Amino acid sequence: MTEAYMPLWEVFIRARAGLAHRHAGSVHAPDAEMALQAARDTYTRRGEGLSIWVVPSVAITASDPADKDALFEPTASKISRHPTFYEVPDEVGNM
Amino acid sequence: MTTITVTETPLLLHTLRLADSALVLAQRLSEWCGHAPMLEEDLALANIALDLLGQARALYGYAAEVEGAGRDEDAIAFLRDAPQFRNLLLVEQPNGDFAQTILRQFLFSAFMHPYWSAGAASRDGTLAAIAAKAEKEAAYHVRHSGEWVIRLGDGTDESHARILAALDELWPYTGEMFEVDAIDRVMIDAGIAPDPLFVRAAWDATVDRTLTEATLARPAAGWMQSGGRRGAHSEHLGHLLAPMQHLQRAYPGARW
Repeated sequence: MTEAYMPLWEVFIRARAGLAHRHAGSVHAPDAEMALQAARDTYTRRGEGLSIWVVPSVAITASDPADKDALFEPTASKISRHPTFYEVPDEVGNM
Repeated sequence: MTTITVTETPLLLHTLRLADSALVLAQRLSEWCGHAPMLEEDLALANIALDLLGQARALYGYAAEVEGAGRDEDAIAFLRDAPQFRNLLLVEQPNGDFAQTILRQFLFSAFMHPYWSAGAASRDGTLAAIAAKAEKEAAYHVRHSGEWVIRLGDGTDESHARILAALDELWPYTGEMFEVDAIDRVMIDAGIAPDPLFVRAAWDATVDRTLTEATLARPAAGWMQSGGRRGAHSEHLGHLLAPMQHLQRAYPGARW
């Protein structure tokens, strides 16, 4: 049961038509087909899904947590990007 | 100890044969719970066990109705002794290693999937409804076990050796699935049960395709085990039933 035979796969589930696939977790499986089955058995036991994607975990490139400040801190000061920054005139009514 | 004996009309016996195979295999698979080689497979085997248990419950419920003796599904499942069980010998065989468990599942499900598919057209409305639901479950069982057979056969030297040993061990138990006795003939002629003769082609095709991909040779046709559907069981069944039936017999009518 080594990593070479049973690599890790990331599982994405779409709960309903029209929604995006969301990351649900990960499974070990020998290949993509078996990963789909393992994902089905592990993450759709309570009717959670209509569609499953599996992706080899090694295929995912992740940002480095050490870069957190450089990547994400600068947005903190750009409050104009939030809709709540803008005052909606009363005449507009409900949007 | 309370023990019951049911009077087997053809329809009741037919229903019990299906119910007992489902229950016994569900119990066998449940033995893996917490012991499977990996968490994912632990869940997969338990899922299949639950599907089979659901089929068994529906069938026992119908058997109780057909018997009309005021008994419920629990009484029929838990209060009959081994010689009254009508399951296939195949499903009562011990789990062995993972390869043996998977191959047993594959050989059984590759039969049950086309069987339920044909059974959905049964003239018996209840059995047809049970078959229609079970067919979808069996489709997944044969896919899951079949994919494993391929990977074990076409895997490492050790996995190949293990699935090969399982094939040698279990092959003689496959003949019983295709037996047709006088009771079966009555059910088939009445349009209630599918004729296993017509299921055979689908089973052969699935088994041949899977074994070829698994780089395994199909064993030669030879002597086949028989008897489970008549109540002549291997010594394994009693050991399976004892823990399964203990609670209902020691505490009749016990509820969760």
